[in-house]
Order: sequence, then structure tokens, then C-alpha cells
Amino acid sequence: MNKVRLATVWLDGCSGCHMSFLDMDERILQIAPKIDLVYSPLVDHKEFPENVDVTIVEGAVSSEEDLEKIKKIRSRTKLIVALGDCAVTSNVPGMRNPMGTKAVLERAYLENAQENRHIPNQVIPPLLKTSRPVHDVVKVDVFVPGCPPNADTIFYVLNELLEGREPDLGHLKFG
Amino acid sequence: MTPEEQLLHIAEEHRAAQQSFTGSLKVCVAAGCVSCQSDQLKKALDAAAKKSGADKTCKIKGVGCLGLCAQGPLVISEPDGTLYHHVQPADAEELIAAISARKPVERLAAPANQPFYTRQKRIVTENFDRIDPEKIEDYIAVGGYGALIGAITTRTPAEIIEEIVKAGLRGRGGGGYPTGLKWSTVAKAPGAEKYVICNADEGDPGAFMDRSVLESDPHRILEGMALAAFAIGAQRGYVYARAEYPLAIKRLKLAIGQAEKRGLLGRDIGGTSFSFTIEIRLGAGAFVCGEETALIASIEGGRGSPRPRPPYPAEKGLWGKPTLINNVETFANVSAIIRNGSEWYSAIGTEKSRGTKVFALAGRINNTGLIEVAMGITLREIIFDIGGGIPEGRKFKAVQTGGPSGGCIPEQFLDMEVEYESLAKVGSIMGSGGMIVMDETSCMVDVAKFFMEFCKSESCGKCVPCRVGTAQMYDLLCKISEGRATRDDLALLEDLCDMVKHTSLCGLGQTAPNPVLSTLRFFRDEYLAHIDEKRCPAGVCKMRTAMEVHA
Amino acid sequence: MSAPARVITLHIDDREVGAHTDQTILDVARENGIFIPTLCHLKGLTPIGACRICLVEVAGFNKLLPACATKVTDGMRVVTHSERLDRYRRRVVEFLFASGNHVCSVCVSNNNCELQSMAQLTGMTHLTMPYRYPRLRVDASHERFVQDDNRCILCQRCVRVCDEIEGAHTWDVMGRGIEARVITDLNEPWGESSTCTSCGKCVHVCPTGALSIKGTAAAEMKKKTHFLAQYWTLKEDRS
Repeated sequence: MNKVRLATVWLDGCSGCHMSFLDMDERILQIAPKIDLVYSPLVDHKEFPENVDVTIVEGAVSSEEDLEKIKKIRSRTKLIVALGDCAVTSNVPGMRNPMGTKAVLERAYLENAQENRHIPNQVIPPLLKTSRPVHDVVKVDVFVPGCPPNADTIFYVLNELLEGREPDLGHLKFG
Repeated sequence: MTPEEQLLHIAEEHRAAQQSFTGSLKVCVAAGCVSCQSDQLKKALDAAAKKSGADKTCKIKGVGCLGLCAQGPLVISEPDGTLYHHVQPADAEELIAAISARKPVERLAAPANQPFYTRQKRIVTENFDRIDPEKIEDYIAVGGYGALIGAITTRTPAEIIEEIVKAGLRGRGGGGYPTGLKWSTVAKAPGAEKYVICNADEGDPGAFMDRSVLESDPHRILEGMALAAFAIGAQRGYVYARAEYPLAIKRLKLAIGQAEKRGLLGRDIGGTSFSFTIEIRLGAGAFVCGEETALIASIEGGRGSPRPRPPYPAEKGLWGKPTLINNVETFANVSAIIRNGSEWYSAIGTEKSRGTKVFALAGRINNTGLIEVAMGITLREIIFDIGGGIPEGRKFKAVQTGGPSGGCIPEQFLDMEVEYESLAKVGSIMGSGGMIVMDETSCMVDVAKFFMEFCKSESCGKCVPCRVGTAQMYDLLCKISEGRATRDDLALLEDLCDMVKHTSLCGLGQTAPNPVLSTLRFFRDEYLAHIDEKRCPAGVCKMRTAMEVHA
Repeated sequence: MSAPARVITLHIDDREVGAHTDQTILDVARENGIFIPTLCHLKGLTPIGACRICLVEVAGFNKLLPACATKVTDGMRVVTHSERLDRYRRRVVEFLFASGNHVCSVCVSNNNCELQSMAQLTGMTHLTMPYRYPRLRVDASHERFVQDDNRCILCQRCVRVCDEIEGAHTWDVMGRGIEARVITDLNEPWGESSTCTSCGKCVHVCPTGALSIKGTAAAEMKKKTHFLAQYWTLKEDRS
């Protein structure tokens, strides 16, 4: 049997969704034989591979790097799962949206900085004007709200997808 | 003297006072002409007449709207009937000399017997060129208040309602609800305390019918309201007028004072037991207050936001009492119906839409102005005969009726008869009478965007679909017009139109999607050109990239 | 005086039910265990039909009617759930999320929020329209309470409870359309209000985290509306 090529990515989020993923605990062992984890913060691959079956996305699209990444991911993935409120709604990263990027950068790097007060223009990727939900930028196939979605939900979603079924997620809630 | 004899006496006195005049110059003093200084013109004519001594034989008289607003200031010379247009105060002496010499001033004369005048049918506007709107005697001299006095002295309320029912009059505010039915519902509603409200909160962009009626013939509205009050058993009435119409309000106030002084309003009208007082309430510039429940809330001193219906105002209206609300033009038809009979009225118009309709012609049309036509006239006759067609030889594209609640009617329906049902069938509405003509240089996406912006800023914010939906739809229309939208955005727009139309609390939200829906129905290709080709066929919209917008 | 209530029968979702003519569709549905979702409605306050979540189909009406504000009539046939109604209700919830800044995860009312529940109930797992991200005010000037416009859905429960039950009328609505906001007094800081009695009823009727008690952390703010039920029973007993 061909294993499902699974990737997980972490855009602008707190990694809580990945922690929740790990909270599946021993159930990961049930899933492991059916998948190839081809890319993830949990494994050491530098480049997002081609021909990915399922990519689980945590986090909102907040920077130009995120934007570039998610576009590449979309072009190389059959099915994208937006996992958690940041990916689905932009959530906490989106709280800056009403204020604009200038205000948050100044707050973080000037007003609250103890020393070396300047807004970085190297290394740190430029922020987008607004932090956006993943589906605002690329097509998303499955939405899993929750902050974070609990391990049971993640297990259910993965199981359904691996069985070739569309998970029924209408009952999930934000937060 | 009986009340009727008193009226005749006033009319007779007034006529006698006019005997010494052999000619007159009638200057339009409605807002359109006043805005191009017809008030100055009238003063100049008065001065010139006095100077030359012509003031003994020539009457200088202010009258109501003469229709061809874009060609103002307008003056009619009597008895020759010459219509002068674009008259300036500097022309005063020449006009006075001309009337004395009985030789018209050719350079100022507008073409005689224009279709603009000959094709109209005047009921609501019948007095516009005949009376001074600030003189009750003028109104009485042309038969004014005769219908009211006749009704309260010789007829029963039920007979009056019956007459209105038989006439087939329908609400001129836009909805077209049968007026007689509304009256009889309020008349039947239990309770001794009832109200009559005249909705003069005209707010559609491009509409100025009600304003013209109020400015040109205010007593007509008062008489119509009093007849309604008699018919339904009300003692108090309100005119809810928008504060942006200062001239209309001034004349209305003047008219109420004059009518009270003559015993035609107030206690024991015409010596009968019928009492009716009218007060004016000013709207503070909210379009939504044209919606009847919002209007009532505003009169009561609350925030002008609508409430769910039922219960309808006929059952629970002002202060919770049965209330009759009709539009200015509806009331303006009443006295003529009572005076001339329902048979006379119902012979005018079409089977389902009786009588006439006043329209305000605006946009890309030669004869911008106010007209009254019999129902059943075709759009082509209105636009090309009466309206004089499209300026600069451009091509007609669509006519927008019904304002922000209406739709755009394309060329293929120009020969359609104008009536409530036919307009609804092509996705528009009769509306209150605004008619905005568009030519090939108008972009239909831009038109839809304009009306959505209007609804968005006029939404009261009470119900969710209208509050948020109009803003979301406006944003989508901006996206389309700037060439940043996808087919998915169009699909979303259509979906939101459906939702907002069917779930909004009041008419404002329920009809806000109409301009989008009707332009999509007939001009979908224009939307697609903006979306697929990033191009505005009419060359109106400026294309912007997402980068420019988000920068 | 309105006519005294009569006993009638009507159909709700093909069930025949008995009712009084002074009851609303919502009253009768609830009495018979038929669920109609609501958001702006709160028993004990005057219904205003603003949120449109409780819209139902009534035979003979070409418009949908708010169950909370529509009185029952004899022989009425009501449909409370259909594909179309579900779709419209989900859209209303989407509109509310799009027009505010609702971040459930960090909200005082997380897990105790009627908007959050309504999203869950209507299966609204993500927005199919853009967020508006309005810049809104937080008023923390009151010594005990906080008003956060980011979380306000304009249900006007605060306005009504303050006017109808407390009798203070501190709250009202200002502005139009998408700019509409609830304000205290004449848009003065809540803490400086000369009419507010600090009774806290507005906080407890607020369906979201827009009004909360100071010092409550995320997910701690639980609203208590039992006082309304007491008021309601009292009112019913008297009549």
C-alpha cells in the first residue's frame, strides 16, 4: 500500500497546534504506518518536497515569507488542512490588523525595547499589511478550528482523511 | 354663509382683485429656479414694473415648478403663454417692455408646444403654473379646499374611502400598496385616537418630486391629509419632512398658518364637528426615516430605526395608535379624486396602475426636470419625447428607476408601459419617481457601486444583514470596479445579495441589493469585463492592482 | 386596549401546537421544545428582531419573519429549519465575525459566549468573506466593568436592559450602519457616566465578551441572567 505523503507546516502560530498533534500520544503509532512524514518542524527537511498528499498548516499568513511558503505548498500539495484558529481565522496574529504594521513594529522594537532600539530590516521577513487566514491566500480543503484543536479532533481528521473520507467538522468551535 | 359659500366668496374676492391686470409674468419660485436666482429675478421684475408703471396692468407672480428645471430660471408670460428660459435679472426691463408692447422677447423664448409640455398629463402638478404657493387665496381661487369642505359637510367617511378605493389610487412612495385599502384598514382599526402622517422624507438620489409638490402647491397636501383624516377618523396629523428642504418647509408652515386662519384646519373645520391639526416634524438627514416604522420612531423622539412589521402602522403606529402613512404625492392626488370623482380618475392610466405619476428626470437627458405623465406611457416616450433624448448624440444605455431600491432598465424595454407591475417584472420598481438616464459613458458596475455606497452609509445599523452586508457588498463592488476581483468574488456578491434581500429587517436592506441584481441581470458582460479582462468598457473605472491597494 | 388573548392552534414544523394570541412564534416554539436559535433576543426584554438569526418561514408571507417579534395567529404554518434558513443563519454569524474583532482564544467569554456557540451551532467553521478588521475602542474607565467594542455584536441587550429593567438608560446606539456603536450617555467614558448605577445588568445580558467584569481572565467571565427570569415571572404573575 502506498503511504500517504504528509507534511505539517508552522506559519505564524504559537506551535500549540503541533503540540496538540503530539498529544495524540500513542495514537500516533496507529497513524505512523500509513504515512510518510515528508516535511515538518518535527523532522529535519530543509526544502518543501513535491507531490505531497496532505499538508497540515498551523498559523496565519503574516509575512512575505509565509506568503511565499504557502503558495509553494499549495502548488505541491493535493489537500491542505488549516489546523487551528490562526490558520482558520488569523486569530492572535490577526489582532494587529486593526492597528497596522507600523504601530506593532514600533511598539515591539522601539517603545518596549530596552536597548538597540530600531525596527529590524534584515533577517526578519517583512510583515504583510494584515495577517491573514490561510484560505484568504490559497485554497484550503479542510478547516479545523480550535485553539488548539484537541488531539482527539486531530486524530479524527487524520483518520478520516487516511480512510479517504471527508471529516465532518461542523460542530467544532473557535477558541 | 355656508362654508362652501365662504370659499366661493374668497375666490370671488381674489378674482376681483386680479381684474385690473391685463397680463402677468409668472416666475418659477421652486427650488430648482431659486437656486439659479429666480428670487432675484422676481425682485428685478417687480422693480422694473414699478419703474415703468407697468405694475398697474402687469402682475408679477411667483408660481410653482414649471418643469424644465435645467433651463431655469423660467418665466411664463400671460396671456400670450410664452415660456422664457434662462432668464436673468438683467432681462427684467426687456420682459416688462415686451409684455406692455405685447411682443415676446424672441431671444429668451423657449420653443412653443414642446412635447415636454404637450405629452404630460397633470393632476398632482395641475396648479404648479397657476398659483402662488405662498397664497391660500390662489389655491382657493382654483377650487382648492372645495373637496374638503364638500366632503365634511355632505359626505360620510365611508363614502370618501369608497371613492379612493374605486379610483384605484396606489401608494406613490414606491410600494404601490392600494391607498383605499390602507385607509379602510386604519378606519376599521379599533381606537378613538388615530393619526395621519405625510411622508415627505424624500431621499432617493436624483429624486425631487415631493419637494416640488411641497414647494409649488403645499395646500394640496394639507387638503389631502385633511380628507384622509376625515375618512379614517383622525384628529392629528404630521408632515415628516426632511430638514434639507428649507423652502418646502417654509411654504408648508406658511400654508398651515393660512389654513388655520381661514378655519380650514384646526378645530371645527368649516363649522362642522371635524377637527384636524397638522404639525411639521423635521427629519435629521437619515434616509432610513423614509421607512414608515423608522419615521414613526423619529416622530416619537427616538432613534430613527425601523422595527419588525407586523404589526403594521395601520394597527400600531404613532404612539401605538392606528396610523395612516402616505407619501406626499399620494396625498396630492386625493383632493382631485374627491372633487372629480373616482370614475374620472380611474379612466386615466392602466388597469392596475391608475392615474398619473410624477417623475424627476435626471442624468444624461436633455430636459432635466419634473414631469407628470399618465400611467401606461412608455419609457421611450418619457425619455425621448418628453425628456428630449440623450445629449451630445450619445447612445442610451439604461434608465434607473426607484433609486437605491430600484434597478436599471436597458434599451430592450424602452417600449414597455410604465406601471407598477411591468417595472417590477424587469427587476426594478416604480419607486417614488426618480428617473436617472444613463448613456454609453456610464459604467453599470460603477452605478451599482454608487447605490451600494449610499445604502451602506444610510443603513441604520440595527439588523445584521443590512449593517454588515451593505459594507461587504460595497467592498466587493470596489474590488470588481478596480479590476481586482475574481469570479469567486462575483459568486459571493450574488450570494450576499440574495441573503441581504431576504433577511434584512426593513425595506432599505431588503432592496439594497436591487441595483446590483438588476445590473447583473442586464449588464453581466460589463462585470465580467472588469473581472476577466481588467477593463472598464465605459472607461469610467480606474483599474488598481492589489499591490496599489494594500501598499 | 388590545383584545384579550385567545387560544388558537398553529403548526410549527408540521407539529400542531396550541397557543395564546399574545405569544410570539418563539415563545410557542420554546414551550413545545422546538428549538429556534436566537442571539439578540433575551426573554424579559422587548424583542427587536435585529440579529435575524431567528427568522422563520411562515406560509402566506413572502418575507421571512423574526420568531422573537412575530405574534402567532390562528392556523399559522411555521417552518423553523430549512436548508435556506440554515444558510442565512450561518451568513449572519459570518457577518458578525467579519465585522468585529472576535478572537475567541483570548476572550474573557471564551466558552461562555453566545456568538461562539452560534458559530458552532450553525456549522460556521470559517469565513467565506473578508474580515473587516475595524479599529475599535476599549473603554476601561469604569471601576468595575470593561466595554470592548471589538467584541460587540450590536444586539442592544445592554441598551434594553438598562432602559427597561434598570430604568437608567445609560446605554444607547450612536452612528449608522457599519459605524454604529453602543455608547454610554452621550458617548462619554463609562466611568464618568452620571446615569450609570453600576448595577452590572448590562454586563450579564451581554452575549459576548463585549461587556465584562474587570479582573476576569480569558474564559473566566460567566454571565448570569437569572434576574431577568425573576423579573419575567413577576411580570407574568401580575398580568
